[in-house]
Amino acid sequence: MEDCLQTLADYGLRSLGIGERLLPRSDFTLCQQVVLIGSGMIWNVYFGIIALVTGFALATLVAVGKASAHPLARKPSEWFIFLFRGSPLFIQFFFAYFLFLSLKQVVPWTEPLSSAWAGALVVLFLNTAAYSGEIFYGALRSVPKGDLEAAAAYGLTGWTRFRRITWPTMLRLAWPAYTNEAVFLFHATTLVFFTGFPARQQKGDALYYAQYFADKTFNPFVPYPILAGYFVLLTLIILGVMGLVNAQLQRHLPLDRTQRRPRLLPQIMR
Amino acid sequence: MFAFCTDPSTLDGLAWLACYLTTGKHMAFYGAFGTVLILLAVTAPTALAFGFGGAVAARSRVAPIRWFGKGYIAIVRGVPDVAFFLFFVIALDQAFEWLRHHVKCPDWTDPIRQGTDFLVCPEAKLPLGTAPQWVHEGYGFALAVLTFAIVFGAFAANVLFGAMRAVPRAQVETAAAYGMTPRQTFHRVIVPQMWVYALPGLGNLWMVLIKATPLLFLLGVEDIVYWARELGAAKTPRFSDYPHPDWRMWYFLSLLVFYLAFTRVSEIAIARLSDRLARGQATAAGERLRKETP
Repeated sequence: MEDCLQTLADYGLRSLGIGERLLPRSDFTLCQQVVLIGSGMIWNVYFGIIALVTGFALATLVAVGKASAHPLARKPSEWFIFLFRGSPLFIQFFFAYFLFLSLKQVVPWTEPLSSAWAGALVVLFLNTAAYSGEIFYGALRSVPKGDLEAAAAYGLTGWTRFRRITWPTMLRLAWPAYTNEAVFLFHATTLVFFTGFPARQQKGDALYYAQYFADKTFNPFVPYPILAGYFVLLTLIILGVMGLVNAQLQRHLPLDRTQRRPRLLPQIMR
Repeated sequence: MFAFCTDPSTLDGLAWLACYLTTGKHMAFYGAFGTVLILLAVTAPTALAFGFGGAVAARSRVAPIRWFGKGYIAIVRGVPDVAFFLFFVIALDQAFEWLRHHVKCPDWTDPIRQGTDFLVCPEAKLPLGTAPQWVHEGYGFALAVLTFAIVFGAFAANVLFGAMRAVPRAQVETAAAYGMTPRQTFHRVIVPQMWVYALPGLGNLWMVLIKATPLLFLLGVEDIVYWARELGAAKTPRFSDYPHPDWRMWYFLSLLVFYLAFTRVSEIAIARLSDRLARGQATAAGERLRKETP
């Protein structure tokens, strides 16, 4: 137990470069694996939360653009969504990394983009914006006609109608699908350090450390289940938070008992 | 490749490019696109079979089988797929070798796990140390296919499980009223009818599968990502007849275009297929088709 606390102090923030510099090389203990993989989770949470929040704003914009009648707004949105939903994230990471490397030569101030904390974040941000944009677009098209007519009858038009009627209804309709997207985004953050983006000084994410241990011990049956445990926990937290938001979005609706059965297994796929 | 390529130093412009793009390594790169297509062609039916098995297990009336089916679906879907790819490639390999070890060398007394080593007797090695190169590559590819099938089987199981439940209850009851056993009902009513409900989910899954193929790279197969990195890296005149700066960006751009075209074509094909399957079905899409054709 004493040892484990020491390990926690040494490696707890190792993924940020704080603490012991050298990673353990032999006589790996279970404690070391749990602590280091958990330390890596900091990166997964960082990428996930920031990409989700920033992506949410762009996704709304893209969805409204795609639903717009004006081709100058519609076409770019359609192409943006097609580009990021039609190609693998893995290839997007590779392409973006080499693009940023070339960009660095020409425009020196873009240098941070060639490291993971900024470059990979940009890719994840654009990627999740495209996927969420498509979800929001679908929801936008399913906003009940009656709601919009009622809004018109109350004299709501333009921006006011969008802000007070269309947007909240869109969010409410899209929320279950958006919850999946959030879960999937967090899962996708594990790809970052397996593409071009370097983990400088071995500052990597959870999967990076899990693979480090699997490589060194040649025993995949310990580090990967630890990683799986962390991710199941993270998934449950996301589902919980998104569920709270969902309740908030639906608070004005009459309670429908049949719909309130807990869903243990949402559709996690894209 | 071409006759005029014999002396690369004399070439320039398009002729240089034509020769550069037809070197032996580039041919291997183009062949790797075939690897991706083969992987898809083999994995899709295998994953569907795993999915069918998983869905049937999750519907089972025997509790342990049902738990197994539901657990399989839940665990694989709750964890990042990359982690599963990295895990299964080693885990399956060790599992096979462990099984063969116990069958082939029952007298072996040394422990298999010694510190950081995994030691089985030489006869149990997979593939055998004496096997030719193509067996090693084939084995790696087979492991990759199995890994993909296990992971995507869970997703397919989830889709099929939902589709089986979506078959109208009245039809199942009618079948029972005609005296069919649950088994007959399953084969004659549920399975033929579930596809139309499963298609949107399976179509989506096919797209996800296409977009997961570059992960072959992580499984140690020499796929398109491997070659794009290899060929795109800067080449100096000392080591190559075709020196060039770092072109990896352009190679990955071509992969991006390849995948965009592939998913677009798939999207159109799936839309046609779903129209075809909706014919004569008691769904909104089927009803629309019925009204359109007089």
